[in-house]
Amino acid sequence: MSDHASAASLPEYNTKIVKQFAITTVLWGVVGMLVGVILAAQLVWPDLNVGPYLHFGRLRPLHTNAVIFAFGGSALFAASYHVVQRTCQAPLISDKLAAFTFWGWQLVIVAAAITLPMGLTTTKEYAELEWPIDILIAVVWVVYAIVFFGTIMKRRAKHIYVANWFFGAFILAVAMLHIVNSLAVPVSWTKSYSIYPGAIDAMVQWWYGHNAVGFFLTAGFLGMMYYFVPKQAERPVYSYRLSIVHFWALIAIYIWAGPHHLHYSALPNWAQSLGMVMSLVLLAPSWGGMINGVMTLSGAWHKLRTDPTLRFLVVSLSFYGMSTFEGPMMAIKTVNALSHNTDWTIGHVHSGALGWVAMISIGSMYHLIPRLWGKQQMYSENLINIHFWMSTIGTVLYIASMWVNGIAQGLMWRAFNADGTLTYSFAEAVEASYPGYFVRFVGGFIFFAGMLLMAYNVYMTVGRDRATATASPAAAV
Amino acid sequence: MSTFWSWWIIVITVVTLLGSLWLLVANRKTTISGQPGTDGEAPTTGHSYDGIEEYDNPLPAWWFWKFVGTVVFAAVYLALYPGLGSFQGLLGWTQENQWEASMAAADAKMDAQYAEYASRTIDDLAGDPAAKRMGRRLYNNNCSVCHGVGGSGANGFPNLADNDWLYGGHPEAILATLNGGRQGVMPAWGAVLGDEGVVNVTEYVLSLSDEPHNAAQAAAGGEQFAMFCASCHMPDGSGMQALGAPNLTDNIWLYRQADLTLAENIRATLRQGRNGIMPSQSDKLRPEKIHLIAAYVYGLSQTGAP
Repeated sequence: MSDHASAASLPEYNTKIVKQFAITTVLWGVVGMLVGVILAAQLVWPDLNVGPYLHFGRLRPLHTNAVIFAFGGSALFAASYHVVQRTCQAPLISDKLAAFTFWGWQLVIVAAAITLPMGLTTTKEYAELEWPIDILIAVVWVVYAIVFFGTIMKRRAKHIYVANWFFGAFILAVAMLHIVNSLAVPVSWTKSYSIYPGAIDAMVQWWYGHNAVGFFLTAGFLGMMYYFVPKQAERPVYSYRLSIVHFWALIAIYIWAGPHHLHYSALPNWAQSLGMVMSLVLLAPSWGGMINGVMTLSGAWHKLRTDPTLRFLVVSLSFYGMSTFEGPMMAIKTVNALSHNTDWTIGHVHSGALGWVAMISIGSMYHLIPRLWGKQQMYSENLINIHFWMSTIGTVLYIASMWVNGIAQGLMWRAFNADGTLTYSFAEAVEASYPGYFVRFVGGFIFFAGMLLMAYNVYMTVGRDRATATASPAAAV
Repeated sequence: MSTFWSWWIIVITVVTLLGSLWLLVANRKTTISGQPGTDGEAPTTGHSYDGIEEYDNPLPAWWFWKFVGTVVFAAVYLALYPGLGSFQGLLGWTQENQWEASMAAADAKMDAQYAEYASRTIDDLAGDPAAKRMGRRLYNNNCSVCHGVGGSGANGFPNLADNDWLYGGHPEAILATLNGGRQGVMPAWGAVLGDEGVVNVTEYVLSLSDEPHNAAQAAAGGEQFAMFCASCHMPDGSGMQALGAPNLTDNIWLYRQADLTLAENIRATLRQGRNGIMPSQSDKLRPEKIHLIAAYVYGLSQTGAP
């Protein structure tokens, strides 16, 4: 009846797959954010748009795919494989299938890095990859689901820990979203057409697009939060009850929110309204995760003074709370009429992407990596601290500059003269955005430079392990 | 939307919202069944996952009521606005009628200004810098794509700033052009004149503007001009504004493709004819706006006018 198992009876976990995904998290984080910095620079200095292959329009989907699916995806694979084994007290059901998901996912990433700069794209945002790659993603994902849920079924613990509910919802929902949205008629190996017509295609796309945010970037990373925050804080989770309520409410309501991307469009009025009210109802379920994470620190707040890894985790929850407040607000039609198509949207996405997704992943990796390689701690706690401040300052510069730009653009676009003509031409709004683009570039560069520190710190932590491993037999002789 | 789909939307919406409320209320109980916490603060559920325990704290009250509040807002909103299937909402709001209302509101706001300008003559407005600024913005939005910023014109599109008018440059003529549009048709003469005739008439037309020309060919061309062209362009080539037939003596050329010589352009006009269309603006713009545009265009060629 007890969920406690003695240490002696713990099974041999598959740590190799977790190590692999942890390393690719750092690798693809550096690559994806570098592309982001290049894009930010191209908006400040348009001359940097060179050749067809490195043009903004081709690098932009490369950036989004690299940070969401390569960096974020690797972090989720690493965390979910680690957490499901440890909290179920069961090894993965198949090391071979797990290895297939690693190499399959890397193949997807490499294929994306080749095809997107070549200009091969479905033109669907966050789903740009063409149909042969889509099929590979679907196969990898189904195998992932088999490994994850198979491991849950073989668990030794009686109950399923809350982190695994979130990982499970993330895996199932992403499978459904990816397969439905990617349905297309191929006309060649590199070109296909969506099976959905017109406004239906737009609705399916944003049903997918918003739930890529909801299930990939929110539910998945909440799973990460529910393990690494209590682990790093060494405190019990604040409220089991709250985790039940906000989990079910989150997954029931998130799936409705997509139409807020299509306000004042060809989408029927009823669908727009439903998307808006469900986005507002989503505020409380989203905040449930933040409350549970932050309140888990009650009794351990003093640790924030000395533990930069915990700072990453807690500040990520603050950004999560902020961007999940901002999102419902922007979903209100009146606000959306101002914010839509402006840089405010880019700022909102990055307060979630940098502040929440990247910082929770970075914090989790700083917790996980020394343990995976049998170390007491990372090579340098001081570098983690510097990285923390670079990430925080970079994120704040990024989102503040995009707020200013977005609101300025929205106001300039809607300014009318007494005769009904527009006060500003489009180019004048672009010119007004220039300072913001520069500040955004600086903020993004600082965030990216922090990732380089992380890569160095991880290399020194893991590399030292290799050095001692080869040195110790000699020492024994 | 069919009745089935309408009810489908209504049912799943209501089930989702009521289900959320049920979930909240069902988990609100504050009696806790678990074991007391180690620090004596709150009990835990008694489970441990890889060393992680869980308190069984109640839902924070402020969070509970915020959640209830958003669901109540959703219910009220869906009663007032379209959302529940084919139910249109009590306010009768649609994005289409919101657009119409904001257009009407903008028109009402602008009416006073427009009414003031509409009551004044075009001559008067052409001397009023504020009115001309307004007219220029309307012109830039609606006319400059063809006629160029500042009325500079382009190949096939008359220059509006040079005081050379196809249909007359007084305010009434400009208004008539804007309201009714114009069709300037020149028939093709290639078959009638023959290749030699086209060359000869071209030399004659060049001579009318004192451009370099072959005198012998121009003399031959002059006879054909009198026979075929003078009825519209007048015997002296000064044109006829009633027809929009251009004055051929002022060295201003409506159709002048930049990569051809002037003679080649004239020969192309003679051979193939021309068909110039100025669309009517009266369906597109309110009369007050057309009035202001006319004042601006009139003012372009009246530099130095009071």
